[in-house]
Amino acid sequence: MQQEMYDMIIIGGGPAGLTAGLYAARARLNVLLLEKLSPGGQVLNTEWIENYPGFPEGISGFELVDRMKDQALRFGLPIESREVTGINLSNGEKEVVLADGKRCKCRTLVIASGASWNKLKVPGETELIGKGVSYCATCDGPFFRDAVTAVVGGGDSAVEEALFLTRFAKKVIIIHRRDELRATKIVQERAMANEKIEFLWNTVVTEIQGDDKVERLSLRNVKTGDVSELEVEGIFIFIGVIPNTGYIGDEIEKDERGFIVTNLYRETNVPGVFACGDVTHKDFRQVANAVGEGANACYSAEKYLESL
Amino acid sequence: MAAKNIMQVTDETFDSDILKSELPSLVDFWAAWCGPCRAIAPVIDELAEQYDGKIQVAKMNVDENPRTPGKYGIRAIPTLILFKGGDVANQITGAVSKSHIEEAIKSVV
Repeated sequence: MQQEMYDMIIIGGGPAGLTAGLYAARARLNVLLLEKLSPGGQVLNTEWIENYPGFPEGISGFELVDRMKDQALRFGLPIESREVTGINLSNGEKEVVLADGKRCKCRTLVIASGASWNKLKVPGETELIGKGVSYCATCDGPFFRDAVTAVVGGGDSAVEEALFLTRFAKKVIIIHRRDELRATKIVQERAMANEKIEFLWNTVVTEIQGDDKVERLSLRNVKTGDVSELEVEGIFIFIGVIPNTGYIGDEIEKDERGFIVTNLYRETNVPGVFACGDVTHKDFRQVANAVGEGANACYSAEKYLESL
Repeated sequence: MAAKNIMQVTDETFDSDILKSELPSLVDFWAAWCGPCRAIAPVIDELAEQYDGKIQVAKMNVDENPRTPGKYGIRAIPTLILFKGGDVANQITGAVSKSHIEEAIKSVV
């Protein structure tokens, strides 16, 4: 592994990385996909996906990424479960540093390491993770049977996860800092029609309280400034994502929040380095556009390889 | 899918297999409906092989075994708990990287 020069190394095995890998394998590139866990990414947290074309009844997040992985494997994409801890771009070379200290050289690099859930950053949050604080309703929802739970956020993820939680919880309270949801209309309609869901508008969580488990939340109304408390057993937080770019240095341009800046060809500011999917700077993070970007990144990388 | 050196534990066998074990144990609390549990499965397999003889690695399905997760206040999965001498030595929640879990293992072996 140490001496080999890859045509392409892909970092991350979510929909963007798997698609780039599928295209690269079919182009017969000497490619390697590195994923720190097993392939899937954030989609693994998604119970049911209804807006990915080709599945009129919808498909589970599990199954969708399993299919993407199988499709890439069918064309020979090598996938290794290894964590990347650094990237070396000195002297015009591209080198990926792995957690065990090994290094892999490549001619093109496709960064598809995705994003992770953002934290609220309030007192009590970190201490109570796994004890009522959660970022994955599909994982942890069943632990909250007949409980009162809160969901923080107003986007698609927040509202969809709130709907999922109503299967178990007695009551689900959506806490949102604005006075209207950002979620897709059809998702909003379902939430509004669900008897178990209540809304707390213009409200933010200022503290998560509880000794050994979540007991109550401190809230503040952003319009009136009124403070209050809310007794809940669980709080599910879906307030956007942060990019998984901790292993990438300043040589690659990022926006002020750390997302990688690319052009339409998925090129970064460094020639031969491409980025796609949720790790990149954009407004709309969907499986549908991640796969498109993955295909595009591979195409641009191929063009770059031809020009060498 | 689980490697052969991974033990399956239940509410019934937990005391004898884990708490009374001479070796430290890493227990992976999981369920079939949990995506991140699947995501870390290969990492757990690798660790079981790598630390064979130093720790024992076990899995507990929380769907089939509600008592033990309840006892340890588990309300999120995957949760990994390292037991040493019958006590909790370390607890990790969520799908974390292999190096993160390894650090915890190194603190007990």
